[in-house]
Amino acid sequence: MTTSDKKTVIIVDDDIDSLSQLTLHMKNMGFDVITGESQKEGEDLINKIKPDLAIFDLMMDNKDSGFILSYKIKKKYPEVPVIIATAVTAETGMMFGLNTEEEKKWIKADLYLEKGLRFDQLQVQVNKLLKQ
Amino acid sequence: MATLKVLIVDDEPGIRSGIVRILQGFSVDFPFLEEDFTFDTIEVGTGEDAITYLDNNPVDIVLLDNKLPGIHGIEVLEYINQKNINTSVMMITSYASLDLAIKATNNGAYNFVPKPFTPQELKTSMESITKHLYLRRMTKKLNEEGKTIRFQFLSVLSHELKSPINAIEGYLRIMQDRQVGNNLEDYDLMINRSLERIKGMRTLIMDMLDLTKLETGKKNREIKKVDLVEITRISMDTMSPMAIQKNIKMYLDTDQPAVLLNADSEEIEIIMNNLISNAVKYNKDNGTVNCVIRSDGDKIKISVQDTGIGMTEDDISKLFQDFVRIKNEKTKGISGSGLGLSIMKKMAEEYYHGTVCVNSKPDIGSTFIVELPKNC
Repeated sequence: MTTSDKKTVIIVDDDIDSLSQLTLHMKNMGFDVITGESQKEGEDLINKIKPDLAIFDLMMDNKDSGFILSYKIKKKYPEVPVIIATAVTAETGMMFGLNTEEEKKWIKADLYLEKGLRFDQLQVQVNKLLKQ
Repeated sequence: MATLKVLIVDDEPGIRSGIVRILQGFSVDFPFLEEDFTFDTIEVGTGEDAITYLDNNPVDIVLLDNKLPGIHGIEVLEYINQKNINTSVMMITSYASLDLAIKATNNGAYNFVPKPFTPQELKTSMESITKHLYLRRMTKKLNEEGKTIRFQFLSVLSHELKSPINAIEGYLRIMQDRQVGNNLEDYDLMINRSLERIKGMRTLIMDMLDLTKLETGKKNREIKKVDLVEITRISMDTMSPMAIQKNIKMYLDTDQPAVLLNADSEEIEIIMNNLISNAVKYNKDNGTVNCVIRSDGDKIKISVQDTGIGMTEDDISKLFQDFVRIKNEKTKGISGSGLGLSIMKKMAEEYYHGTVCVNSKPDIGSTFIVELPKNC
């Protein structure tokens, strides 16, 4: 655990490249980064650490791993902002997002991000989310 | 005007009659549909009665309470899913949790209406489920006609192609912005990873080409007598660099020096390459691969056994689907497109009227058995 006043982010992603890139970006933004590579590792992290932000990949061990993790972390820490990052989008067969009130009711994440984001775009979105 | 049959499953008579009242005289119309939909209601008070009714009568929509006196709503839903009953299910429950939602969604429930609900809320949900039902039936009809399958396949494919592109693009942007400084060596890992992802994409594209061959071309097949033993030896040679790296021993056991069958040699190569490369890729270090070829009457039996990481029954049930890769701690470093086995199975079954089956135990290993008729 950190003793500095740095903010902590949990990132869980089973694509090691995506994970290492997100890690680098978040470190460059000044975060302490804690990573997991599966839903299971994510669940363990949630049980141990209260982060300032969480970023979850959607499809890992299960197709809805990201949703399950965001549900679990929100149950424990409703105030922690959650980003779901995924390569699955509407054009590649994604049938849902955070577009309607109904979806927001059961998808507990705060933001849904398409992967392949540039560093500056990610920075804007993260800052926006942390200010809310 | 079309009438949809709605089965209301709730142990509270008040809720049931409330729903009946709301749906009486209610109709749903859509700009793109010529006809209106109205609703005809049937009421039951238990899950058991719901199943009996569903077994004997067609039902379009089920409004299903979860907390019922006997079996729960979710079990009725599982029954509907298992028996493949063509109906759309909406859960109405005051005990909605995400766990239940996920379980219900995985079992094909269309939506949730939390209790208590207003008439307008129920009507909105009925509108949406009616539209869904209509679209689902249309899709099913189109699928039966083979029209939408390619589209679905392509949408998954584009996702599979996007992940490596995202990864490579991400690395290039990091390099472009010199995000880790000006020391070139610090970018080596990113360059290597990008090359690795490109390799993965190449495998995917090669598998795609096999699949295209499978879909488009019975035209260019060259059927002649081919020797399965020889093809198997070549496949084993192809895989030997990786086998040596992992110190895996490969054995070929055949009762005859040559086992001949009428086939296209390229297709048999695809089948054998998939079987043997999987047996090596998913093996443990210092393991073995046993390939047994037996000529048995008018059939040839090929079995490829590994001493690898094995699979659970749940894994096996998904194994032969397009793009399915078993993701767990043990398969993490292994690359693949998720198409190989699906191609292999399609080829063996559709082209050769053969059979493919698999036995596997986690941590012990897997055995793939392919049987092909000699004359096909």
